[in-house]
Amino acid sequence: MSEMTPSSKLPIVRIESLYKAYQGTEVLKGISMAVQEQDVVVIIGPSGTGKSTLLRCINLLAIPDKGQIWLDDIEVTAPHTNIDKVRQRIGMVFQEFNLFNHLTALNNVTIGMTRVLKMKSKEAQEKAMWELERVGLVDKAALFPAQLSGGQKQRVAIARALGMNPEVMLFDEPTSALDPELIGEVLNVMQKLAYEGMTMLVVTHEMGFAREVSDRIVFMEKGVIVEEGPPKQLFYNPKFERTRDFLWKITELYGKDEEKKS
Amino acid sequence: MDALVTFLQRVTPDFLQGIVTTLYLTVVALTLGVVIGLPAALARVYGPRWLHNLAVTYIEIFRGTPLLVQLFVVYYGLPAIGSLFGLPGVGITLGRLPAAFVTLGLNSGAYQAEYFRGAIQAVGSGQMTAARALGMTKMQAIIYIILPQALRLAIPAWSNEAVSMIKYTAIVFLIAVPDIMGKAKILAGRYFNPIEIYIAVALIYLVLVTIATWLVHILERRLAVPEYHLESARH
Repeated sequence: MSEMTPSSKLPIVRIESLYKAYQGTEVLKGISMAVQEQDVVVIIGPSGTGKSTLLRCINLLAIPDKGQIWLDDIEVTAPHTNIDKVRQRIGMVFQEFNLFNHLTALNNVTIGMTRVLKMKSKEAQEKAMWELERVGLVDKAALFPAQLSGGQKQRVAIARALGMNPEVMLFDEPTSALDPELIGEVLNVMQKLAYEGMTMLVVTHEMGFAREVSDRIVFMEKGVIVEEGPPKQLFYNPKFERTRDFLWKITELYGKDEEKKS
Repeated sequence: MDALVTFLQRVTPDFLQGIVTTLYLTVVALTLGVVIGLPAALARVYGPRWLHNLAVTYIEIFRGTPLLVQLFVVYYGLPAIGSLFGLPGVGITLGRLPAAFVTLGLNSGAYQAEYFRGAIQAVGSGQMTAARALGMTKMQAIIYIILPQALRLAIPAWSNEAVSMIKYTAIVFLIAVPDIMGKAKILAGRYFNPIEIYIAVALIYLVLVTIATWLVHILERRLAVPEYHLESARH
């Protein structure tokens, strides 16, 4: 949780006038934003607004049509950038977990370290156990994804991303596929990461998390950023009526079982 | 009935060589089928347009024509293939056994390609996405993430192919390869009792198929991942 990052510092992620269309439908219409190191940025907005597409563009899982993205001093969108190298530095957590079904929890975490980072197997296992410890799942190390609950799967997925020592973590609706009673354990892990200083971009409908953990909330609608600012500003003093309407609606919808989760 | 049993006992040694040939044909055809079918499936799913089209063309040709026609084209047609292009005398002449291997291998490859393709697609795109997001190349993702799952999912369909191949090989007696059927034809001529001979043939195939089914079943169980089935492979 950084208080006022010095503006002289180069942002870890910088996005400039990003455009992306799917089959003629414009999803992103000129998005620009910057994320400083250790920032926790929550992206909110109605579904179909391009929030997930924006995240996927950052590690080029979706290829933008126009615009630039920088990771530190590397232009991700430049034609000769080695995208595999860029992706190693960006952790990603998916709504559907996407754990590797044929591997144990432990090996889900080690496989990136051994195959991509070329770490020794023993070293990777030790580090993987440590990452599983961070998400509270050491005792599940030997289990396969099908033997884990949704919340446990997502925590393993977070450990898998952490194992690569990412500079930024992208969370694409990490709790949307979970039963309400399992959301809390995932949010707790994310909150812990935020306090440890991880740079995070989070697409979520969890307004409690947005309000308490984020440094900045970005409100997107119809492919553009409508408004962004610290949570206090967006929640209590938004500049636009649309922002207020959306926050009111979403809090009404998702906010009800907030007490259960924390 | 006793006479049949006695007869079967008498002719079994004569069949042994035929059984060896049939198993040899089956194993080679299945192996060639994997070597051809797996790349064809990968080309179809992940390949660039032209490679995809090439794979589809191969698969459709071999699945869309009778095996027997394929065998005759390879054995009788290829030696004179040049005359189609105004080059009489130019062609590829294959011996009986090589012609059988090539035909059965290419045919099995086409079917196996489709089984592998189905399994690869059943693994789900999320697995590839997650692998790429970790920084794996497409090839690494295929080798370490997609194939280990797809091959497990393919085993049930593949085992059908393995079992069927034992029986499909029977057509090679039409180009005089001395497999079980080839032997049967010779023995029927020698003893003048085709009914008993072909009952023996049926029993031999039945035993071979039963053993093969049992073996792939063991393989399937050995390679199982706890609670991982086709249903759970969507994510």
